[in-house]
Amino acid sequence: MLSKRLIVCLDVREGKLAKSIKFVDTKDIGDPVAKARQYYEDGADELVFYDINASRANRDITLKFVEAVAAQIFIPFSVGGGIRSIEDASKLRLAGAEKVNVNSAAVKRKELISEISGAIGAQSTILSMDVKKTTRTKEIPSGYEIVINDGTVMTGLDAIEWAKTGEKLGAGELVVNSIDADGTKDGYELTLTRMIADSVGIPVIASGGAGKPEHLYEAFATGHADAALVASIVHYGEYTCRQLKDYLHSRGIKVRTRF
Amino acid sequence: MLAIIDYGAGNIGSVQRACAETGIQSVITANIDAIKSADRIIFPGVGAAPSAMENLNRTGLGVALKQAFAAGIPILGICIGAQVVLDRSEEGNTICLGLIPGTTVRFKMQDKSLKIPHIGWNNVQVMQSHPVLEGIGKEDEFYFVHSYYPQPAKKENVYAVSDYGGDFCCAVGYKNLFAVQFHPEKSGRFGLQMLQRFAKWNGKAQSISGNRGK
Repeated sequence: MLSKRLIVCLDVREGKLAKSIKFVDTKDIGDPVAKARQYYEDGADELVFYDINASRANRDITLKFVEAVAAQIFIPFSVGGGIRSIEDASKLRLAGAEKVNVNSAAVKRKELISEISGAIGAQSTILSMDVKKTTRTKEIPSGYEIVINDGTVMTGLDAIEWAKTGEKLGAGELVVNSIDADGTKDGYELTLTRMIADSVGIPVIASGGAGKPEHLYEAFATGHADAALVASIVHYGEYTCRQLKDYLHSRGIKVRTRF
Repeated sequence: MLAIIDYGAGNIGSVQRACAETGIQSVITANIDAIKSADRIIFPGVGAAPSAMENLNRTGLGVALKQAFAAGIPILGICIGAQVVLDRSEEGNTICLGLIPGTTVRFKMQDKSLKIPHIGWNNVQVMQSHPVLEGIGKEDEFYFVHSYYPQPAKKENVYAVSDYGGDFCCAVGYKNLFAVQFHPEKSGRFGLQMLQRFAKWNGKAQSISGNRGK
């Protein structure tokens, strides 16, 4: 039986971990490769690196970084941030990323999803969507709207419709990131996650709001997610991946416990 | 030398890096002579059967692979490499290499909550012992990402199954060819161990009938 996945998210900037992440072990500061290796050994099922501030200027640094990660971890990992073309996606794949994440650029030009999917395959194309709760209108019947540019710009796109569009255009997985829940540590946006998970035929990754192990359980049991993304809950040393998985296992969620 | 066949099928660098992690030297190559003279071969791949076969036919690597198989060189197929060794694939109704009788078929789910592609970690149940599968336990999981899987015509070619809305074949074998639907290079410790076993495999199937499961 397929396991539910625990995905650890790391924010990087010019090949270094973003400052927002603190570390218990000081020798890891600034070295996302060592941190990635640690999560790999601790039982993370997958890693995602968001290259915040990705620009043309630091693209080569990012590729070098991806190569370094690929030599150290032997589980899938994806990279997101600043991917605007087939070329961007293909270079990341060649450098060793299993999958790429597109977000704002796909909202601005949705053909990007089909182009990347056609070039590197649906299984390697993840559509990440940032979502904000809003009032229900004719344009936004679900009451959830897609936002871009780190949550600063409302798009007028309904989240459910966008998820279905993404699937149709060839995305192989969806990351559903709730801007409202992000950083609160109060739990994932379960209504949103479930709505989307039940409307598409591709795996859905819940993102934003994980503060304790129960939240992951809810994402799977109530939110119908296929995977849950975590960041600060593991970065700050509150929980290890193994502890989170042991908890999920004890609650009857099928997770990979041997690694 | 272990040759990793380069036929433009995705992330083959990850296979080489996983080999390197376990101390196995390898070369990524599209050179037909290098493949025919290799000690062993990894036949990787991600993507679609039609484009994989088109590349194999156009480059002559398909013929080289058949010759290597006939010459008894141990071959490990991965993912698409486990699908196109059969006669045919439902994906684009593609004629494949025909090294093992059977057809590659698409998941047909009754249970609509089961998503396609099948992406993630799943258990592998060994149906027949094989040197490459040695030591795999019921709890061990491997990383899958696919919508199609190989369905050999004969049970004797099915070495392991996995459960996704029912059992499906995830490891096929015949003589010196062994192929898995999952990605050992992305399956952590257990995947790396499998690559190590392949690197030591003499190419004999040692199929013991009646020895089912572990």
